[in-house]
Amino acid sequence: MERIGLTAVTGALALASGLALAFAGAADPLVVVAGMLAGIGLTLLLWTARMWADEGTGQTEAAATPPPPPPGPRVEDVLGAVDDPLLLVEGRQVIRANAAAIAALGEHVVDDDVRLAIRHPAATDLLTREGHAGGSVELIGLGDADRVWTLSVLPLGETTRLVRLSDHSATRATERMRVDFVANASHELRTPLASLIGFIETLEDANGPDDATIRARFLGIMAGEARRMQRLVDDLISLSRIEADKHRAPADAVPLGTLARETADTLRGSRGGATRIELAIEEGLPPVSGDRAQLSQLLHNLVGNALKYGDLAKPVRVAVARDGSGMVRLTVADQGDGIPAQHLPRLTERFYRVDPGRSRAVGGTGLGLAIVKHIVERHRGRLDIASTPGVGTTVTVLLPALAETPSAAVAAE
Amino acid sequence: MATTGHTVKAFDSDLGQIRGLVSEMGGRAEAAISASIEALARLDLESAAKVVEEDRKIDALEAEVERQVIRLIALRAPMADDLRDAVAALKISGVIERIGDYAKNIAKRVPLLAELRNSEPMAILPAMARSVSDMVRGALDAYAARDATAAVMVQEADRHVDDFYNSLFRTLLTYMMENPTSITPSAHLLFIAKNLERIGDHATNIAEMVFFAATGEQLVDRPRGPDPFAAMAEKA
Repeated sequence: MERIGLTAVTGALALASGLALAFAGAADPLVVVAGMLAGIGLTLLLWTARMWADEGTGQTEAAATPPPPPPGPRVEDVLGAVDDPLLLVEGRQVIRANAAAIAALGEHVVDDDVRLAIRHPAATDLLTREGHAGGSVELIGLGDADRVWTLSVLPLGETTRLVRLSDHSATRATERMRVDFVANASHELRTPLASLIGFIETLEDANGPDDATIRARFLGIMAGEARRMQRLVDDLISLSRIEADKHRAPADAVPLGTLARETADTLRGSRGGATRIELAIEEGLPPVSGDRAQLSQLLHNLVGNALKYGDLAKPVRVAVARDGSGMVRLTVADQGDGIPAQHLPRLTERFYRVDPGRSRAVGGTGLGLAIVKHIVERHRGRLDIASTPGVGTTVTVLLPALAETPSAAVAAE
Repeated sequence: MATTGHTVKAFDSDLGQIRGLVSEMGGRAEAAISASIEALARLDLESAAKVVEEDRKIDALEAEVERQVIRLIALRAPMADDLRDAVAALKISGVIERIGDYAKNIAKRVPLLAELRNSEPMAILPAMARSVSDMVRGALDAYAARDATAAVMVQEADRHVDDFYNSLFRTLLTYMMENPTSITPSAHLLFIAKNLERIGDHATNIAEMVFFAATGEQLVDRPRGPDPFAAMAEKA
């Protein structure tokens, strides 16, 4: 359309210039005729040139636009839809990474050297090998000490290769869990079982109503031991559950302040006379991104520990507050004997007890802090235990706050 | 180079190559730490010997990084953040080489520790090694991502490793007093703990250099906790 307009304008211009030339030389009729002829000639010339040019471009256009193609998916979208991390490597440089790869390896990987993206000797050996061959190799401890990946390399051309990572951590975690469970449970359950059997044998030998008081005492002890075993099994099961989900970060909006208040109420009720809990919850806290049941368990374990091991006459302070860097900070502080420094790094080990006798006496399973640690790890948070002997212990948990959106703020209420 | 390309493309590719080599060294050092501790926990002499053997590769890589950094500085005379990157690569490769040596040293002691199998101190070491490996991994991840914030986190984690070392030190002293026959292997175990503690310090050094390369500022030293040895001296 535009082009036709343009031709018309140029034509008209040429004609006009011819006419102008004619009138300018009006004195001599010969010159007038010559001018008019020149004008018409110029117009014709331009016209044909224009037509010819139009024809040319028209042809190229026809060649460039084939019949409208069906809108197919782009390669990027296809790569992005794959859950496994995929990298496209040219020589030694990563030229493209899908969303899963960026989530697993970091945003910097695109354009980086492949050895910066995947830092593992076995991968390096495979990826920098001469001849750019394909193959696959198992990588243990890429990104996280417990993760197991299979890396496979597929040559796509002279120097281009597709690198694919597939995650086998879950399978491995299940295997390890089974081994750990057998090792831990058999050892920890044997002691209470042995004492139960001992008491049962003694009761079998007991005779007549004379032993009624002893029988009652023994039955009390047996019930206590049996309950402890039950708690132990419960704790072991929840620990395995948390570990199984370890690599999947929870994302529900959990109002930590409300949860702390609920926990305090339950514990006040259950541990009679426990008016010791002092709450300090900051106003207008953002919810944390987490798993409600697990965070409730974390609070129960921490506050329960503080009540058990702190001085019975002193308060337990539970505070929930905002922490600078988009985190919410939970602190549980007791006043009491505290924990000697050499025990601190080992507190979160399974079945590690500072004072085994005391822990058993208050019904501890030795798993409370191990559970707390695993919950915090799963929530991508941080756990810190500080203690001064003779003063008390403060446990600090940092949990990532959910990004503040209007709906999240409502959920926090 | 991920953010700003240079007019001289070759500079980007030279620096990328150097960073790749440093990262490769780091990966090998990380693997050496876990392999040596694994060998220790299982008293696996064969894999311990392999760690010692593999350390040569780390040494060779360090020489290669040094060669390439010097070449880069000589040929391209980098300025500002490019110079910081080059210097950081040189220094970090030196530190990683030390980490590799410590891991090798741990592996070399494995044959001397058969007696201590299943003793309590032996049970603590893997947990300590895990903390240390996490630090090294954090520092190298920060290097790959040029992430100053992640570097600060590494520095903070060093306290846990120090706590582990102090705890292990006390446990080992008690153990030696109770079992005078096991003093020799216990002393070796103490050296291993010290090596791990040093690896933790070196991870902090890497983090400091990453911070420097990324921001151009020095990372302030973390406040030290109370010195446990001073406390012990007072008691004595």
